[in-house]
Amino acid sequence: MKKTVSVDVKHLSRVEGHGNINIKIKNGKLLEAKWQVIETPRFFEAILVGKKWDNAPWLTSRICGICSIGHMLASIRAVENAFGITPDEQTTKLRLLLKHMETLQSHILHLCFLALPDFMHAGSIFPLIRSHGDIVLLAARMKQLANDACDCIGGRRLHPTRTVVGGFTALPDKKDLASLSERLAASLADLMTLADIFRGLNIPDFERETEFVSLKGAGDYPFIGGDLRSSDNVEMKEHEYRKMTNEYMTEQSTSKWCRLSRNSFAVGALARLNNNFEFLHPTARELARSFDLVPLNHNPFMNNIAQLVECVHVVSDSIALIDHLLSSEFTAPRQEVISKSGIGVAAVEVPRGILYHCYEFDDNGRIVKADCVIPTGQNHANIQLDLEALAKDYAARGSDDRELELLASMLVRAYDPCISCSVH
Amino acid sequence: MKTNGADDKTYLGIPLYRPRVAFFEFTSCEGCQLQILNNEGTLLDFLSLVEVVAFREAMTEKSDDYEIAFIEGSITRDDEVERLKKIRKKAKVLVALGSCACFGGVNQLKNRFHDLIAVNKMVYGEHPVNSGLVRPLCDIVKVDMQIFGCPVKKEEVEKIVINLALGKSIVLPKYPVCMECKANENICLFEQGEPCLGPITRAGCDSWCPNNKAGCWGCRGPADDANVEQMKKVMKDLGFSDETIMDRLECFGGFQTDEKNGQR
Repeated sequence: MKKTVSVDVKHLSRVEGHGNINIKIKNGKLLEAKWQVIETPRFFEAILVGKKWDNAPWLTSRICGICSIGHMLASIRAVENAFGITPDEQTTKLRLLLKHMETLQSHILHLCFLALPDFMHAGSIFPLIRSHGDIVLLAARMKQLANDACDCIGGRRLHPTRTVVGGFTALPDKKDLASLSERLAASLADLMTLADIFRGLNIPDFERETEFVSLKGAGDYPFIGGDLRSSDNVEMKEHEYRKMTNEYMTEQSTSKWCRLSRNSFAVGALARLNNNFEFLHPTARELARSFDLVPLNHNPFMNNIAQLVECVHVVSDSIALIDHLLSSEFTAPRQEVISKSGIGVAAVEVPRGILYHCYEFDDNGRIVKADCVIPTGQNHANIQLDLEALAKDYAARGSDDRELELLASMLVRAYDPCISCSVH
Repeated sequence: MKTNGADDKTYLGIPLYRPRVAFFEFTSCEGCQLQILNNEGTLLDFLSLVEVVAFREAMTEKSDDYEIAFIEGSITRDDEVERLKKIRKKAKVLVALGSCACFGGVNQLKNRFHDLIAVNKMVYGEHPVNSGLVRPLCDIVKVDMQIFGCPVKKEEVEKIVINLALGKSIVLPKYPVCMECKANENICLFEQGEPCLGPITRAGCDSWCPNNKAGCWGCRGPADDANVEQMKKVMKDLGFSDETIMDRLECFGGFQTDEKNGQR
């Protein structure tokens, strides 16, 4: 059946930021499939120029309302790398714990509040309060746990207050950490319930071969710093991030796009899982296998499941981190910072993929040049090519406007795009 | 006034009116809207108090029939000006949500470079992107209420919405963050060598940053009768550089607009 189909989504809902989807199919032939980013830029890279080093984490956390903790940690690492500061074990563990809790918060927000309504034929989570109250309560409970943990360690769930270059302004109360550990242990049952819910959903069957980019694990599932790798066997050092991202401008987007070995690549939970499967916590790995999610998986809709798997990983790893923190005496929260001229690069895995911050400092510790490469910016080209392939499939098969509109929207949402972040 | 839904709440036996509320965002990180979803413990109660008819970040359903518009973000492009004016026409009450909407927020730091073309070039090279001066909402439309903060404090938003729903008046604190900090029995950050704008910044955040041993950056703008010049002198006497003081005063735009207009 040859059909004429038109999809015109202006300001896609249930994603962070402003993007449009346009698809035109005439007599079964695809004329256009476009992922357009129209977000207004904020010019963070310019704002930072001339500012002293201590402004950078405070300002750049404001790049994103969902992953402000990830931005702050990337910014701090870039400054510390420039000044030759190595964080001590206590700081390293607390930062990873904070990072894990942001990952959990963000993944639950995406899975339950943004993605799930599509699978339940609802426009948002709000109608589900009546029809599936238990799921909504579970989601609220998990999100609150993660947010409370971020308050406890970072001082604030959004735009954290305690995280600074050199360590933390203040340390969490050990009693609070112990109770957090108990809540985390109890939450694993909730995550398994959530896994059962997702097992019952119809995840679209769509594949397109893709290159996946992430940090390269060295003994652990990687989150903060280290070497970079792609599933096409490209490996680079953290400071070579520019060669890994190759940003360029395109007419259809106020965000820059990226490419590496092919015309596009993907970052995010699925990329991390594809590249570092062996380093997942055993419980998380087992859960992935139960969904047939093993490397290399090329179905972008499975990014949802990869996020679920990562929730189990970060909860399990956080319990171990807290055990370790509780078993030793706390030392001083922060070390002294002496600024110097130089360049510092940081690569941090934030919920939506690998994030880079790079700053160049003058002799007075002022920023001369700043560069931030955002995960969603790295995903835009891949979303575009997926959208074309998906639309082509549908043009050949013949379906109606609404069906394609929903599927195309679900595809973009599966990437959990953070559009204002990508434009920054 | 019509009432909404079958599960209408009452207050002292009087049926509560659930206002139709819409959320919009312009140039921002969308974090203030996320703060609305971030108080999971009271989220369901909060949602029972209002009828959310538009909230793009969380829902696909939308309606143009609303009474209260919460607007996050600053204005940087002509199409944003037009969109904001349309919202103003429809909304009975227009609320600026967060520092970007109230003062331009961190975004307005771009304005300190007088050559915006060079700023554009710094980021986009030979492919400039359409973007102008960063402006707060009140530069373009009448703003009925401001909720300060980067980010906004959810408890404060809830209190304001409850008062709107009950038809009670809304009084924002006139005193500075320093008062809340003292009430919280924190050791003064000046004693610990940290710069802090607590003595001149409008309260209402319960001294959020100082409670965590981080000095205030003035995200809520000036308290009533804030003596900015004296504050500069005090901080200078304590050994903080002009640059450190300026970094904080200009960070969120609240104090600059204060200096420019004499008041806000």
